[in-house]
Amino acid sequence: MVEQVLFILMLAVGVGFFVRSISKIRRNIFLGRPLQINDRKPERWKTMARVALGQSKMVLRPVAGFFHILIYVGFVLINIEVLEIVLDGITGSHRMFAHYLGDFYAVAIGFFEVLAVLVMLACIVFLARRLSGSPARLSSTQLKGWANTDALLILGIELVLMTALLVMNAAEGAMPGAEVAPFLVSSRISPLFSGLNAETLHWIERLAWWFHAAGILGFLNYLPFSKHFHIVLAFPNVWYSNLEPKGKFANHQAVKREVELMMNPEAEVQSATAESELPIKFGAKDVQDLSWKQLLDAYSCTECGRCSSECPAHQTGKLLSPRKIMMDTRDRLEEVGRNIDAHGKEYSDGKSLLGDFITEEELWACTTCNACTQACPVNIDPLSIIMDLRRELVLEQSKAPGALTAMFNNVENNAAPWPFSPADRGNWRLTSH
Amino acid sequence: METQLNPIPSLAEMAAEGKVPEVVFWVGCAGSFDDRAKRVTQNIARILQHAGIQFAILGEEEACTGDPAKRAGNEFLFQMMAFQNIQVLNGYGVKKLVTGCPHCFNTIKNEYPDLGGHYEVIHHASLIQELLDSGKLSVRGGAFKGKKITFHDSCYLGRANGIYEAPRQVLEALDADLAEMKKSRAHGLCCGAGGAQMFKEAEKGKTEVNHLRAEQALETGAEIIAVGCPFCHTMMSDGVKHHNKEMEVKVMDVAEVIGHGLH
Repeated sequence: MVEQVLFILMLAVGVGFFVRSISKIRRNIFLGRPLQINDRKPERWKTMARVALGQSKMVLRPVAGFFHILIYVGFVLINIEVLEIVLDGITGSHRMFAHYLGDFYAVAIGFFEVLAVLVMLACIVFLARRLSGSPARLSSTQLKGWANTDALLILGIELVLMTALLVMNAAEGAMPGAEVAPFLVSSRISPLFSGLNAETLHWIERLAWWFHAAGILGFLNYLPFSKHFHIVLAFPNVWYSNLEPKGKFANHQAVKREVELMMNPEAEVQSATAESELPIKFGAKDVQDLSWKQLLDAYSCTECGRCSSECPAHQTGKLLSPRKIMMDTRDRLEEVGRNIDAHGKEYSDGKSLLGDFITEEELWACTTCNACTQACPVNIDPLSIIMDLRRELVLEQSKAPGALTAMFNNVENNAAPWPFSPADRGNWRLTSH
Repeated sequence: METQLNPIPSLAEMAAEGKVPEVVFWVGCAGSFDDRAKRVTQNIARILQHAGIQFAILGEEEACTGDPAKRAGNEFLFQMMAFQNIQVLNGYGVKKLVTGCPHCFNTIKNEYPDLGGHYEVIHHASLIQELLDSGKLSVRGGAFKGKKITFHDSCYLGRANGIYEAPRQVLEALDADLAEMKKSRAHGLCCGAGGAQMFKEAEKGKTEVNHLRAEQALETGAEIIAVGCPFCHTMMSDGVKHHNKEMEVKVMDVAEVIGHGLH
């Protein structure tokens, strides 16, 4: 009975704290500009099934893709056993599914144990990749500080949790007269417990059970502070992904109204009524100027760096890294969120995404080639953020590199990016080839 | 086989005679002014004439689509250019355009409709493929038979619009030995010119994007690097020069390759 009360208390605190973290992230995401995405629903569900559920872009890099699927499938299925732990904890029962599943129970747990071992194998491979510095995108030279610690912590915690699961089952199996055990994998560790009396085994089992339950709740609460939150957001993020051709960059609607007014003054009346209540901004200086989808992108990023490893600018040693664009956006958004918590909604710390996090040099190195959006396993779009920040530099701050200003002048005056006369456009017909 | 071009009318001239062309050839700024790209333009025109397609150009009425302005952050300038171009095209009642440049192609196809410009737009590589498929155009392998050619995917044709096969099929029609770079199709590496990079110096780095891409192209051992974009053309040519291979390896637009094989 005491155990039950303790468990329910722990569960309530754990879930409560998680809900609080999630609602903060939700609030932060909706600090972004409104944007309506609810078209082409069948295509969105299909994309989500293929890319998020089916991991279609993960497996394009087969080694990482294979081991990622091990962890992914393991995580999803072992959650059935976690459900049993939660129900046992609440009701005070012991392995309640055994009662319903009969002989099949040991088979099912054995299957989960195999998955647990595969998850551990994948975690070890992933740790080895990160610690060996190959691939470079995962090494501590490219992922510094918290980003690197976060990645190692996630893998470490998963290893510990899986170990606890196996120890719990092994202790169960070692107990004299155990009804539900032995299980496929943990029965191989049970001999380690030989010679221990039933009471000690019971304590080991209970300890591992509590450790596992608390560990899972702890890990759940770690998610919102970690890149590992992708396990939640990958699905909605892919659902909301851009379904248009990658080359189609949205036309800025406020600019459209301005240009229509300029070119066709009669449109004035119509345009004035169409004016939105939001102040017109032509670019994005800070995270609030981005759309909620771009902010959702930032929270969905797992920092795998596939975008940057495909980026032409990054590959040739320029400062730009699409992964950093996403990490900066999330870091800045978290900072803005903390400011709101501490000082209220109107507070400004005088900092901004553009300038304090992302520099002009990074932005101007982008070739808009879409290699980053193609590479992202969860359809994140760093390019759209780069474009919004570029627009801020050019239209709000008049800070284009000199050569681009010259190009703008040429386009405006000669209708071509080079200083040639429009009258000469057809001259290629006259010259011999 | 190179033949002289027949006279090419402007849309204004055709309209004055009360005629409407089958298709408007949107030449693009590079195709109009860059000496190397002008040769590509002439080849596209020759191919169209060879296939018996009645076409016109806009001539001095054509203006930059605004692509480099938009991608450099100047949305105002882009939309002003788009507005003007759409007024001209709609004024003539243009229905179908063929472009010699993936950037023009992408902008007119994807970004003009929202601004009132609705046209069927086709990139020259796709048009050539259609003409070959329908038998309106026939080519002879000749000089290219068995030659190793590698095709460099332009971002705004490939990833941006999913056109990967048309240029390859066109090259295969010449019985060329098509070799793929280690990075191609959806995973192709940019030449370094997109997003208005063509018009500015690159930021500081270890190397240049076009040097890296040219290296990947040279690794295939191809004698010809085929492209479908005037910017890629310039960048890849400079990249090949950087590796001192300009005597052995030629950079050619798909239209030039086909232009040579016409019969």
